[in-house]
Amino acid sequence: MRFFSRQRHAVRSLKLNMITEKKRQILIFLIFAAAVLAAPYFLKGNYLLNVFVFVGINTMLAIGLNLLLGYAGQISLGHAAFFGMGAYISGIITARFPVDPFLVMILAATIAGALAFVIGSPILKLKGHYLAMATMGFGIIMYIIFNETVDWTGGPSGLSGIPNLHIGSLIFDNDLNNYYLVWLSTLAVMLLSINLSQSRIGRALRAINDSEVAARVMGVNARILKVRIFTVSAVISAVAGSLYAHIMTFIAPASFGFNFSVELLTMVVVGGLGSIYGSFLGAAILTMLPELLRVFQDLDIIIYGLMLILMTMFMPGGLISGIEAAAGFIAARMKGTKDSDAQA
Amino acid sequence: MLKIKNINTFYGQAQALKNVSLHLTEGEIVTLIGANGAGKTTLLNSLSGVVPPRSGEIFFNNIRINNLAVHQIVRMGISQVPEGRQVFKPISVEDNLELGAYLKHKMLGGGDEVKRNKEMVYDLFPILRERRKQLAGTLSGGEQQMLAIGRSFMARPKLMLLDEPSMGLAPMVTQEIFRVIENLSKEKKTTVLLVEQNARAALKMANRGYVLENGRLILEGTAGELLENKDVQRAYLGKDKKEIWER
Repeated sequence: MRFFSRQRHAVRSLKLNMITEKKRQILIFLIFAAAVLAAPYFLKGNYLLNVFVFVGINTMLAIGLNLLLGYAGQISLGHAAFFGMGAYISGIITARFPVDPFLVMILAATIAGALAFVIGSPILKLKGHYLAMATMGFGIIMYIIFNETVDWTGGPSGLSGIPNLHIGSLIFDNDLNNYYLVWLSTLAVMLLSINLSQSRIGRALRAINDSEVAARVMGVNARILKVRIFTVSAVISAVAGSLYAHIMTFIAPASFGFNFSVELLTMVVVGGLGSIYGSFLGAAILTMLPELLRVFQDLDIIIYGLMLILMTMFMPGGLISGIEAAAGFIAARMKGTKDSDAQA
Repeated sequence: MLKIKNINTFYGQAQALKNVSLHLTEGEIVTLIGANGAGKTTLLNSLSGVVPPRSGEIFFNNIRINNLAVHQIVRMGISQVPEGRQVFKPISVEDNLELGAYLKHKMLGGGDEVKRNKEMVYDLFPILRERRKQLAGTLSGGEQQMLAIGRSFMARPKLMLLDEPSMGLAPMVTQEIFRVIENLSKEKKTTVLLVEQNARAALKMANRGYVLENGRLILEGTAGELLENKDVQRAYLGKDKKEIWER
């Protein structure tokens, strides 16, 4: 009898744990969303508001890459290419034809997704360095296409005359409007990402990350799942690219080269692999850093490389894990002093 | 239930299995014994589709499965407990078990059966219930083996392929694991194909056995016959030649 009641208790506490974990995730997200949406009130007319628009775009890109790299453990050194595809498809079409830019955005995302699906099937069979090389090759090919199809993309001198987005009479041509446009999209991507990480698919992705063979003998179709997450990741990048094109109204191939792929990778690793808020942190730091690194000029890629090396050596969980550890340490210390106070 | 006909499996140029044929009837525990490199693990991997055989046929409940993908084979009801446990270390014990039910979730919408199975696993290995929130990598070797078996059982397989469950475990823990395997077979009606280094313990529990040497099946028989067989005794049960022939 006692055995049974204990068992039931175990079941109940298990359910409780599951609910609180989900609730905790949602609570953190709501706090984060509220902070993000309230921020312009404090940054009004500030240069920082403009910076945070790009933090938002980069966060979206970092989360997209994080789904692939942090959860499924598959590297991509060519994600700037999907970002570029989104930007160029949106840019080229809307600069020439009077079509609804949101429809073009969907088209761009679909094309990028379809391409990711097609190249993902053979590429994602590769592992480790080979996968890195293949994705890098893809990125470089796309970069060359952006540069050389001068009739369409304007080549190295760039493509201008891209219209701003608008919904009815609301035109997204100032920092405040752009801020909300970008961050509402980014929050949506975050929510999707949180949802995915808590699901059966998220679990399966983490399993692939740890041991692909073991995941396969559990019945996880690793091949398809990897291609799918690669596709989702590419779609997110393409949407970010479209937003970027409409906000900047001018795009050039230099923004979508290999260097930017490395920068994205650095964001994800510096922030914390597999952590959504880590991606935000990494994106925020790496978006603001160039302002500070301007004195180094073209050497900034070396600084990024150095950051990658140092992070993987000393803080492999990323900044977010460092912060969590510090918070845990402080909490333990405070609890410790409280306990000793009580004893005294 | 399971019928393997003349399979040949290769790793690149190297042939690991040569014309291997064997069968399993429902409810049996069959053990596969042999030295290192004899092809025991390869045979299991050929069955589960991880390393598909280059020629030959495998039938499971009269359906040909040797050309199916791994996840399709799992869906048919064959579940492998991989060598060296292979639990997902950075994931909690509970999520490891949920992963075992990956396909069940899809078919049943995650419903009560998965929960019931999880409770069943916790009843088989009470220590896992205690540790369910812990990361699997923090478990001891024995606990990880229990988790690997439990995880496999979450798919409610008709046939379980166990690859050296006693590897690297203390004798006491090995006994516990073997007790559960026997229980899985007798009470949960699971057919078991067991690969073991510990031939004596495996044969004591099994109904039948096969002996694999250099990729060929050289001997088969009931567990009792094999235990009595002079060659098996000498090669795998650690009895001295002298002990056998001069008695």
